[in-house]
Amino acid sequence: MSLFERKLQEIHNDLADRTLSVQDLVNESLYRIQEVDPKVKAFLSVDEEGARQAALSLDEQLAKGGERGLLYGLPAGIKDNMNTEGWKTTCASKFLSNHTSIYDATVVRKLREAQSVTIGKLNMDEFAMGGSNENSGFHPSYNPWNLDYVPGGSSGGSAAAVAAGEVYFALGSDTGGSIRQPAAYCGVVGLKPTYGLVSRFGLVAFASSLDQIGPITKNVEDTAYVLQAIAGHDPLDSTSLKSTIPDYISSLTGDVKNLRIAVPKEYMGEGVSPQVKESVLSALKVLEGLGATWEEVSLPHTEYAVATYYLLASSEASSNLARFDGVRYGVRTDNADNLIELYRKSRSEGFGAEVKRRIMLGTYALSSGYYDAYYLKAQKVRTLIKQDFEKVFEQYDVIIGPTAPTPAFRIGEQVDDPLTMYLNDILTIPVSLAGIPAISIPCGAVDGLPVGLQIIGKALDEATVLRTAHAFEQHTEFHKARPQL
Amino acid sequence: MSVTIKDVEHVAKLARLELSVEEQQVFTGQLNAILKYAEKLNELNTEGVEPTSHPMPLSNVMREDEVRPSLPVETVMRNAPDEEDGQIKVPAVLE
Repeated sequence: MSLFERKLQEIHNDLADRTLSVQDLVNESLYRIQEVDPKVKAFLSVDEEGARQAALSLDEQLAKGGERGLLYGLPAGIKDNMNTEGWKTTCASKFLSNHTSIYDATVVRKLREAQSVTIGKLNMDEFAMGGSNENSGFHPSYNPWNLDYVPGGSSGGSAAAVAAGEVYFALGSDTGGSIRQPAAYCGVVGLKPTYGLVSRFGLVAFASSLDQIGPITKNVEDTAYVLQAIAGHDPLDSTSLKSTIPDYISSLTGDVKNLRIAVPKEYMGEGVSPQVKESVLSALKVLEGLGATWEEVSLPHTEYAVATYYLLASSEASSNLARFDGVRYGVRTDNADNLIELYRKSRSEGFGAEVKRRIMLGTYALSSGYYDAYYLKAQKVRTLIKQDFEKVFEQYDVIIGPTAPTPAFRIGEQVDDPLTMYLNDILTIPVSLAGIPAISIPCGAVDGLPVGLQIIGKALDEATVLRTAHAFEQHTEFHKARPQL
Repeated sequence: MSVTIKDVEHVAKLARLELSVEEQQVFTGQLNAILKYAEKLNELNTEGVEPTSHPMPLSNVMREDEVRPSLPVETVMRNAPDEEDGQIKVPAVLE
């Protein structure tokens, strides 16, 4: 059995007893990457030497009687849009193919303080724009459950690496579902925290009012540990919240008695596959059996969320990505006679089609004459979507539904049709617009492909989301299933 | 509201992108499809609804006006495509 099948606490006990070393864990990770990554292609870069060095120094530290950090010794993968000093950070874009980080993102610093070992940087859709990893500027990643299928996106490399057992855990980022959807497609656990709970400093911005970093793990307990390590106020991120961080690990009581669950009828309607609905209904029965109650509710503005999101996220992206001009970093064109040409040619040569499409959409929506009709209108609808959730949460503790309308789709199936691709995110986007937390956990399979259950909570109530997810996990086996590679 | 190839040319200019004729044609079709879908929002009456620019109640985050160390110039220059005397070099700005 892989070391990574074991619970964090067991691993830590063995490390403390010195029957296991961090070097063993890192070897396991590097060996597994060598074995399966040629098929899964989850990584963009692996720092074997650095990881071995870090492992050695952690082992030596413990031998000298040093303290163990919260994530001591655990091999981690980081989505390639988070800056890691001395490492390439490319956002899977040709534009940044030569870019080396000169500082650490706050989450990367916090992982180091918690003493996990970073193994490598994970593939993604270019600048986090996409839901299939097919938009990576370098190569797609593949779903470990079936290599003909996409792993989801944009944190597809992160979800695939965890599912394939290449790392113990990974970090992803979620703008409209980019942690939860790939977690669902790859049969792992993915949490998007409340907007502002985890610092975005050092995360390359896509849509600043939506982006949020979160953990991808194999079980809910590990998610609680990673969240504990990365959450908290950061003066370097002006949108970072100053709330007190609860003890997420001790919130996993297994008790969901009298928990009030709302199930939005819009999340179980047309467009959602019957098998996915069936898996969600079975999951609700499990929770009912544990003393929770559920009722159908309505989130009436759900059908407007995708349009709202693509206008707002693309507008913010068109502004954020203006910084990629070929002047200070990134790939600069060889064919420019003047500064404007340098901007235009460097950008056009460096960005892929989806990134250009979204910059175009965003620039159009913000341009003179269209701002009110598109951007401002979308911001107002965002308010209505947020209010939908607030109303439901007056009477319920969590909202439950599917993470995605279907399991993973085939590679190439939706690549020519951006609008259809955008609709895969219909059940994750509303949550992002409202800024509230949500987790995806495995709850079934269709034709060998995993199905994700989405549990949504009130702002800053990650504890209840994790408690519900954990209680379900304790009474089911879905999270233990592993792909054959 | 329908996007023409001329609009696409104009927006590309604003966005500092240089698109091939083929890209212009593809984007014209795709932007029209996406914007047509976005017209769905007009079904909603949003009169009197406050816009949400940010999901959490935070505004005017201030800090003390204290000087903090910046990244060293040599470090920043490591990623610069072209450099001279510790400064980033670009083609002529003025003709």
